[in-house]
Amino acid sequence: MYFGLSEEQSFFQDNVKKYLEEHATIDNIKHITSGDKKNLSAEIHQGLLNLGINGLLIPEEFGGLGLDLLFAAVVSEALGGGVGPTPFIAPYVMAPTAILHAGSKTQQENYLSRIATNECRFGVGFSEFIGKRNDAGITFSDNALNGRAMFVLDANDATHLLLADEKGQIFVVDTKSADIEIVKLTTVDKTRQYTEVICKNLEAELLEHSFDSINPINKAIDAGRIMLAADSLGASQIMIDKAVDYAKERKQFGRAIGSFQAVKHMCAEMAADLEPCYALVWHAAHCHDYSPDEARLMACHAKAHVSEMSKGIAKKATEVHGGMGFTDLLGLHYWFKRIGLNRQILGSPELVREEAYKTQV
Amino acid sequence: MDLEYGPEYQDFTKEVQSFCKKYKGLSFIDGSNNPLGSLGGSGGPKMSRSEWQKILIENGYFARSVPKEYGGYGGEADILRSRIIAAEFSKSKTPGAMGGQGIDMLVPTLLEMGTEEQKQAYIKPTLHGEMIWCQGYSEPNAGSDLASLQTKGELVGDEWVINGQKIWTSTAQYSQMCFCLVRTEPDASKHAGISYLLIPMDTPGIEVRPLVDMTLKAGFNEVFFTDVKIPATNIVGKRGEGWAVANATLGHERGSLAPPDATMNRVNMLMHLMKEETLDGKPLIEHPIYRDRLMQIQGKVLAQQSHALRLLSAKLNPGTDVKMGKMIQKLTGTELRHELEGLAIDVMGEIGTLYEDSPHLKNDGTWQFIYMYFLGLIIGGGTSQIQKNIIAERGLGMPKEPKVEGA
Repeated sequence: MYFGLSEEQSFFQDNVKKYLEEHATIDNIKHITSGDKKNLSAEIHQGLLNLGINGLLIPEEFGGLGLDLLFAAVVSEALGGGVGPTPFIAPYVMAPTAILHAGSKTQQENYLSRIATNECRFGVGFSEFIGKRNDAGITFSDNALNGRAMFVLDANDATHLLLADEKGQIFVVDTKSADIEIVKLTTVDKTRQYTEVICKNLEAELLEHSFDSINPINKAIDAGRIMLAADSLGASQIMIDKAVDYAKERKQFGRAIGSFQAVKHMCAEMAADLEPCYALVWHAAHCHDYSPDEARLMACHAKAHVSEMSKGIAKKATEVHGGMGFTDLLGLHYWFKRIGLNRQILGSPELVREEAYKTQV
Repeated sequence: MDLEYGPEYQDFTKEVQSFCKKYKGLSFIDGSNNPLGSLGGSGGPKMSRSEWQKILIENGYFARSVPKEYGGYGGEADILRSRIIAAEFSKSKTPGAMGGQGIDMLVPTLLEMGTEEQKQAYIKPTLHGEMIWCQGYSEPNAGSDLASLQTKGELVGDEWVINGQKIWTSTAQYSQMCFCLVRTEPDASKHAGISYLLIPMDTPGIEVRPLVDMTLKAGFNEVFFTDVKIPATNIVGKRGEGWAVANATLGHERGSLAPPDATMNRVNMLMHLMKEETLDGKPLIEHPIYRDRLMQIQGKVLAQQSHALRLLSAKLNPGTDVKMGKMIQKLTGTELRHELEGLAIDVMGEIGTLYEDSPHLKNDGTWQFIYMYFLGLIIGGGTSQIQKNIIAERGLGMPKEPKVEGA
């Protein structure tokens, strides 16, 4: 019995962390989010591709590494910790999972092998299946889509999108089509962004096994939720580390502020809240591959619980920094906002807990 | 990640299952006299607690790694077997072994630091449930600052003469023995002046006064010592080493106060209750606010259960760093259990305020009792605030509060 990361997983994670420390420095993050160095994000993304993040979940028969979801979770944790300004969850986790579970043999061959070679990059828009806001939504008839998909993840520079309707049917569309309009939505967290996709008789290909079953889309959403939990886990750990370091350095009333219990206890609470989240995220990722009976429940709870803990940590860690925590100068807000975005994507905690309950009745 | 225990453990699981089946419905003839074990069931074999304890030891289901000569099973410590035993006993509602501070804290301490004579004299009767121990640590003026304790021990001839008072002493009224921290070196510094003494509770000069707590049960006592004389050899470790000896056992206590598997059993029990109980004709589970609160807690308990697996794995695979992981257990485990029991009271509303033998009581009033009882555990064994100091200072390396002159 062994509960934890393998040497290979830790090694891979360290490589991603190191890469981000060197290339996604806080200065570079500032350049990327202010839009003054357009290529930087693409360069960082290419560096991560060189490490192999696109092929992690693609089976070996399609040219990928065929690893399990825990591998992807440790990468996601590293990306959260480094506020990595690059796509990962949609193109390399949710899309491969959806295509693997919903695609016909031909569709798998066609798309999975091209994700592995980076000829294809997918954005994912499943929001209307999870919880449709206002008049959003797409409908499919005569092999074409009409309507709007909102909050499509990682659609920038994507060659294709996976869009879902309310019933959980998944469609492949080409971003170069003349019948698609992709509108950028500016988000609070500028390290990642959503788009809104408007379809006007847009040619679309149904992933075959999503026609009569919501299992494939749920599998992809579960995987995405575990990734978001891992991302918030990584981001929260960095926020705690920064808060603790600051509290040891900063002096007021002639002593380090970390020697005051009011500050010290906030740090202890953050650590105590976060520590069990590691095990929960790893366990959820493990169940996703090896324990189908518990998989949904674990994925939902991982997403909701880590979101809740991270929200508190984001607030407390900022408060420990005092006024500096509030400034743009320090850049702590990138982690704060990252955690804030993760909380809402693919279902806010209340929605996800309701799904967790439904798996038990 | 590999959550399988391996084939030899599958056989062991079956063995434990058939043992539990054999003793299904076991009940105890010495009823509720002994506060340290469960009451047992009904319709099965009857025996005394001590007999049951011996059967458990013979089968290696209790005191597994304690050597035979001291009354244990004499096997290798096997963490996975212990876990399987606990899980199967819990599933089949088979009464487990008696616990208490003698078994949980004194026995491991003696095994590590006791003399041969002490091991011979105390471990076997303690394991068999024939010798109950209480812990004489806290004093009226030495709570969180335990090392400032003032109960005095003087060596006069070949006897310790003890004077002073202890408080929060659980089960003192049933105990034959007390393991006690006493200031024996008044000239040494605070921590270096304490010794760990073993005091028979029938020694003249000991008075035990039960202390009723908010649950209206007398779980605690005050214990007064007036010229209590015990042999000089009743000391564990050397003179002045008592703090180190005590810390070994305190570490033991912190982990075991609120195991997440037990909390998850209560979550499942609450979910069942919420399906049965109705409010305005609708089962409570169908009220979205209560349901969401239950789900929030279920998520927290799942996190703690996964965390416990991680700690279990660290025991099996030495070299894994889980220092922080262990430090948070007492704080998070007791707080979560208290929160859960409190939710049950909220969903029951007015029914949640009924107590003792009231009509309409649900689950024998255990929610109300445990809600209060766990507040005691949040405070006892190092308050939540003390735990946070430990996490911050030892876990995160944050600076200590400046020392106050004379403290």
